[in-house]
Amino acid sequence: MTLNTLWFIFIAILYTGFFVLEGFDFGVGIVLPFLGKNDLQRRTIINSIGPHWDANEVWLIVAAGATFAAFPNWYATLFSGFYLPFFLVLIGLIIRGVAFEFRSKGDNPKWRNLWDWCIFIGSLLPTILFPIAFANILRGVPIDANMQYVGGFFYLLNPYALLAALAVTILFTLHGATFLSIKTSGEVEQKAKELVRWLWLLVVLLIVIFLVTSFIITDILERINFLMVIIPLITISSILAAGYFLRKGQFGRVFIMNCLTVAFFMFTIFILLYPRVMVSSLNPEWSLTIQNAASSPYTLKLMTIIALIFLPIVLIYQGWSYWVFRKRVSTEPKQLTY
Amino acid sequence: MDVLLLARLQFAITIIYHFFFVPLTLGLSFVVAIFETIYVITGKEKYKRLTKFWGKLFLINFAIGVVTGIVQEFQFGMSWSEYSRFVGDIFGVPLALEGLTAFFLESTFLGIWIFGWDKLSKGLHAATIWLVAIGSTISALWILIANAFMQHPVGYTIVDGRAVLTDFSQVIFNTPIFSHYPHVISAGLVTVAFFMLGISAYHLLRHNETDIFNISFRMAAIIGVIGTIAIGVSGHTQGQELAETQPMKLASLEALFNTENPASLSIITIKNPFTDDMILDLRMPGGLSFMEFNRFTGEVQGIYQLQKQYEQQYGPGDYVPPPVVLYWSFRIMVGAGLIMILISLFALFVDLRNLYKKVPWFLKLLPWTIALPYLANTTGWILTEVGRYPWVVYELLKMEDGVSQVVSSGMLAVSLIGFILIYGGLITATLYLMLKYAKAGPLLAVEAPADIAPSLVNPPEPQ
Repeated sequence: MTLNTLWFIFIAILYTGFFVLEGFDFGVGIVLPFLGKNDLQRRTIINSIGPHWDANEVWLIVAAGATFAAFPNWYATLFSGFYLPFFLVLIGLIIRGVAFEFRSKGDNPKWRNLWDWCIFIGSLLPTILFPIAFANILRGVPIDANMQYVGGFFYLLNPYALLAALAVTILFTLHGATFLSIKTSGEVEQKAKELVRWLWLLVVLLIVIFLVTSFIITDILERINFLMVIIPLITISSILAAGYFLRKGQFGRVFIMNCLTVAFFMFTIFILLYPRVMVSSLNPEWSLTIQNAASSPYTLKLMTIIALIFLPIVLIYQGWSYWVFRKRVSTEPKQLTY
Repeated sequence: MDVLLLARLQFAITIIYHFFFVPLTLGLSFVVAIFETIYVITGKEKYKRLTKFWGKLFLINFAIGVVTGIVQEFQFGMSWSEYSRFVGDIFGVPLALEGLTAFFLESTFLGIWIFGWDKLSKGLHAATIWLVAIGSTISALWILIANAFMQHPVGYTIVDGRAVLTDFSQVIFNTPIFSHYPHVISAGLVTVAFFMLGISAYHLLRHNETDIFNISFRMAAIIGVIGTIAIGVSGHTQGQELAETQPMKLASLEALFNTENPASLSIITIKNPFTDDMILDLRMPGGLSFMEFNRFTGEVQGIYQLQKQYEQQYGPGDYVPPPVVLYWSFRIMVGAGLIMILISLFALFVDLRNLYKKVPWFLKLLPWTIALPYLANTTGWILTEVGRYPWVVYELLKMEDGVSQVVSSGMLAVSLIGFILIYGGLITATLYLMLKYAKAGPLLAVEAPADIAPSLVNPPEPQ
């Protein structure tokens, strides 16, 4: 395997880590106004992701940083080309991050309501915009011979991208509601479980429609291989397995299956993309690939050593943080930190 | 306005805003860690209160520092994509490393620290805040390594118009790092010192929780003395390096228009910006040579000569960073620094002699001096970054060649206005919470958030 392929895999893993982890805390933010009907319930919901959301978000920071280091042209074309979507993502992440910390430090109900809306909007914006970005990368966007994106903002809002946005938004909502059903108790837990039951079938349908559409509108069928078949199939199997555990009322396992669904959903996008990193709709020759977008072999080698040392360490201590907070969130207001 | 100007303005505003919060994070994390460690060792409740009180203010500050930091990482690609293509091979590495080695550490263990008071043993809990503090200092190191490459590129070669990494150890051990890093770390110490002095003085004046705030005051005074002296020394080293690495920046910040040997130090220089006539120019003979070379002789190059030299080397163009901005930024920074040395020393004197009751004027003054480190931090970075003009990467890539080609001025205007509005709202909320918790003292900080009646959020649903 070449270093370029290895780094394609690393970056796929980083974005996937971001989607799996931040996916459920975005979902929790999205359901906040609907499942939290009073202040205590909302605090319970926010406290369930309190210890984790920031570390989950670092997966995005590292993914973007690694893209910058390993594939500078990918990073440059993507972030400048999709300028407005990324601006909106930033606004979302800014108001959301501050809201967690600031919300319960004020006593005025209007103050808390304002930050609750920031959490909701701040969770929804990236949830909608990231799939739009990834769907467009895969579908192909107008990239010229100089690796510059020459489409506008509205070019990105095509039906395929919007379908991806819808599928991921509902998937994350399911993911978040499942997380709440294993981390909260009482009324919130019950309502979360109810929501999971309602959403599951919709998620299955949307994922299947999205995957089938992906096979139709991209060039996959011309260059299909084993992985391109098996990975989407695992995605569908995972979400079906989630349904199986849902019927048995085993929400912990539903959550694990959701994680797998999100992960293999992302892997599907990346395997269909490979070896390109951004498809040009103008001319296949102008697509950005793991070759023409990459850094020098020296940088890639250096980054490989760094990643192999630090990623396992990060996984261990982040895993430990989930172990520390494995219990359900208390319903006693005095026990709530946020 | 044109794209370049808007992109620069946006970068300047967002980075100044971000760095407004960073130094306090750097310094305060260690203070909180020290207090909690003393609590673990002595078991005395008041150190837990100290930890919680300063910890609360730390968290408010940290939150806004984090979210405004993400903007920076995205912005390189968004508005400076050609720069990103040019340096990605080198610049991306410290950026990725910062995330991998620092941000993960900070965010994971801060989450555990905030929520883990009852879930971990005391010692382990204190260890988590140390890891947060270490994470912050590692993060500062990587980003300064990245910045050092822009100021003084090393360890690269140019291949097909792009900078390609040849030696990462040179990038890490780049000359400016050895003065910039201590300078920024001591800026963190100075910032937390004045932050704590101001808040402690406020409470001491009101005889509120004096046991807590006497300790805070003493600690702050000690940190202040160490920090202000360290910042002076590291700053001086930085100034001496400029003569070699960035003579144009030096000439501009000293308003030295013509090469001199021995070079004089400007006491005050005012020039008519329209006619280029000198209005007032009071100089100390040999002063600048002494600052740069520790002796009263030595040539320091002037703006006019350097401009000519650059034109010969890099073609026609303007190579002079705005002297007015640099000259005054430098003087405000150094002036604030000198005043802070005096205040720190006096604060330590007041504490050691227990003169609190005799100097109420000083205690009343201290809360206002919290502005000083912020002034110095901001002007210091304006000096460093504006002084890089017209280069994004010194002597390698000019600003106009680094800006994104596909981003329109309309898009930049939208984002710039968006950031200004959001940042304006955030600073208001931050100041409100900071003041609320700082004034309330430890009583509020140790409590769980107030429980507000359920009906206040949503009216009860009719059954």
